[in-house]
Amino acid sequence: MPTPSRYWREIPQRYRYEASRCTGCGKIFFPPRLVCSACGSREFEPTKIAEAGKVMTYTVIHTPPQPFVDQAPYAMGIVELDDGVRITGQIVDCDFSELAVGKRVRLEFRRISQDGKAGVIFYGYKFVPEI
Amino acid sequence: MRDVAVIGVGITPFGELWNKSLRNLFTEAALAAIDDSGVDRIQSMYVGCMSSGLFVGQEHLAALAADYLGQRHIPSTRVESACASGGLAMRLGYMEVASGMNDVVLVGGVEKMTDSTGPEATFGLGTAADQEYECYHGITFPGLYALIARAHMEKYGTTREQLAMVAVKNHKNGANNPNAQYPFEITVDGVLKSVMIADPLRILDCSPITDGAAAAILCPVDMAKKLGKPIIKVIGTGHATDTIQLCDRDDPTWLEATYLAAKQAYAMADKKPSDIDFFEVHDCFTIAEICVMEALGLVDKGKGGPAVEAGKTAIEGKFPINPSGGLKSKGHPVGATGIAQVYEIVKQFRGEAEGRQVKNARIAMTQNMGGSGASTVTHIFERE
Amino acid sequence: MVGIIGYGAYIPRNRIKVEEIAKVWGTDAPSYKRGLMLEEKSVPAPDQDTITMSVEASRRAIRRAGINPAEIGAAYIGSESHPYAVKPSGTVLAEALGATPECHTADLEFACKAGTECMFIALSLVEAGRIKYGLGVGADTSQGAPGDALEYSAAAGAAAFIFGKENCVAVSEETYAYMTDMPDFWRREYQYYPQHGGRFTGEPAYFTHITAAARGIMKKSGTSPKDFAYVIFHQPNGKFPFKVGQILGFNKAQIEPGWLVNKLGNTYSGSSPLGLTSTLDIAKPGDRILLVSYGSGAGSDAFIWKVTDRIDEVRDLAPKTRDILDTNKKYLEYGEYAKFRHKILKAE
Repeated sequence: MPTPSRYWREIPQRYRYEASRCTGCGKIFFPPRLVCSACGSREFEPTKIAEAGKVMTYTVIHTPPQPFVDQAPYAMGIVELDDGVRITGQIVDCDFSELAVGKRVRLEFRRISQDGKAGVIFYGYKFVPEI
Repeated sequence: MRDVAVIGVGITPFGELWNKSLRNLFTEAALAAIDDSGVDRIQSMYVGCMSSGLFVGQEHLAALAADYLGQRHIPSTRVESACASGGLAMRLGYMEVASGMNDVVLVGGVEKMTDSTGPEATFGLGTAADQEYECYHGITFPGLYALIARAHMEKYGTTREQLAMVAVKNHKNGANNPNAQYPFEITVDGVLKSVMIADPLRILDCSPITDGAAAAILCPVDMAKKLGKPIIKVIGTGHATDTIQLCDRDDPTWLEATYLAAKQAYAMADKKPSDIDFFEVHDCFTIAEICVMEALGLVDKGKGGPAVEAGKTAIEGKFPINPSGGLKSKGHPVGATGIAQVYEIVKQFRGEAEGRQVKNARIAMTQNMGGSGASTVTHIFERE
Repeated sequence: MVGIIGYGAYIPRNRIKVEEIAKVWGTDAPSYKRGLMLEEKSVPAPDQDTITMSVEASRRAIRRAGINPAEIGAAYIGSESHPYAVKPSGTVLAEALGATPECHTADLEFACKAGTECMFIALSLVEAGRIKYGLGVGADTSQGAPGDALEYSAAAGAAAFIFGKENCVAVSEETYAYMTDMPDFWRREYQYYPQHGGRFTGEPAYFTHITAAARGIMKKSGTSPKDFAYVIFHQPNGKFPFKVGQILGFNKAQIEPGWLVNKLGNTYSGSSPLGLTSTLDIAKPGDRILLVSYGSGAGSDAFIWKVTDRIDEVRDLAPKTRDILDTNKKYLEYGEYAKFRHKILKAE
């Protein structure tokens, strides 16, 4: 379980999808980085990732790690967003039979997991079908 | 750099070893390797272990391992590169001997996984992925490889049956490995009907949770000759990394780190894939073996599935893969796996791999991979 | 002129039918459906709560408002199901929207009226000139005790409203509040399910407060039922809004566009605010709308809105409430519903 500080630190990405764009080559990093893996530049400008895209690949997790035991089975996928950025996340509100490579999805704010009954609740993005 | 030889190997049985502790597992394998080599001392040691901290709650493993091996005071280094920890221990030991820093070096690997509950072990293994941007969302290792499998099936038409055939072949080999966790044969139908773990991967596509350890003794070839040992030379080594997150790779079906590490080893050994008599590779999941054979250059991109189906990876095939049974049948005590691969090569070269012997094997390659392919270590060995 | 400049609704896709609940408790489903005019209700998935629904409803409201969220000076969430007992829901909301740090926030609770309380306060702060834009959200993932009458209605949903002085889609013409102390429904600290006074929650509670608030605001503004194109009353079940409408002299056609409860259930703090969103979805410029909430404990907030020309420009910028309610539904069996709502005792 992330400690509260560790969770808090990522809030700009998990709540607001904040990213950085390399001013050297234009590559977008999510989460932001200190050095561009494409051109080596260390200059970035703030941006946000696109909030919709298409499923590149997917799976349905039946054997989850501890914090996700109550949620299984759940679908996960790698999604290529409309700006080319790829991210990993759960695909919800989608029957497993409707999962498909190329399916359009968008980001939605959801509960991700929680630190037991008494600890911090962890929020963030999941994918839902674009209707 | 000096030429380096492997002069002794040791291994524990692999499995759910309820009465064996982390420290005793390592010590048993290390003592077996020392006895096998005939040396009376070691000067330095490397211990590959992914996560004794998470699985057993024990860090500072290097000192503990040296102490319980009766080697207190010698330099001892714990090496971590997720599931490639063992392979990396091998590479560092090789470098220490090759450089002339020391002559007799023990390289070992160990993992004690059954002291954790299933979900705890799943979480522990998951730490090899990106904690904040993969694991935070609930991904698992079977899940990551399932994402690779789905992409491979979509892109190349790899079939569910071809994935199953990897497991069937490895179990056939492992049935003749006395140290294997699951030394029995399985069928394609059995794989396809086994319980779903991460769609499309089922339990018989996945390497198991395993306790176990393996060790090897390295020394300069000149010294090995004086000891009168059969010479098994390390002729190539490679090591490369890739993005920690699977989604950050241009093509999730392509293992660039494996490709690069193999390229380094081939160049150093001055060998090409067709020169290699057999391979011990990291089949943590059935799809992994298919992607690895493509990255090692044994087949073209996308042709791994048909190659398995055609029997090319069987012991009698064109390029035998995992005569030991691989991670699938032999078991996958993650930190030990890279060294267990070396153990198998030595057994094969000595002609001691009963029932699973690759005939006339003289050159062999290991490929040991961490995470969803973010690090890979390769070695090529030659029997003189 | 101050008023609503953007609005948004959010309803989880999961539903459970009255029959499915009645089957478990051996009750007479047809009489519930007839007597309470309830057919099914929304159910939150395990990863949906008051905060997540508030964020999504508010993002939709921002889309319709077309504003920079950093200019939202106050953000309030009204709910009786805030995920934390101590730690604000509003901070998560404001952070997710990008309204922090120059933003006032508070979590409100007043049974089913907390949503309109937030609207009342946010609107007032804008009107007072203290802030440029204010956000008021009503959201709940309400729980009824298993087998209790409330289990057939307690539902999940959220409605969000952004208030400002320019570009209103509905101008605020009048507000009014009517409140007394009354133990008709409550949940004590550390209790998982609420309790209620049975039929006491009807006549002296719901009907007394709503009729008083409606009559009060009409008197204050010099209006009568015929001046309103639409009216929205709190909807704890299907029957009460029509009955209270009849008492006050409103007809069915005025009530129906905002009457969602038969397919949605009672979303508590989200109930009458969601009714306002579905009414705005179909209202025409110039229409006058009366909104009267009710919260046990007990009180009613009343608002008169006059729809502007801008409604036609913004309503298609986000999903319409009836569309959300009627599409992409997934029906749950009671077992799955009980799992989702944490009604099953598991090993620690």
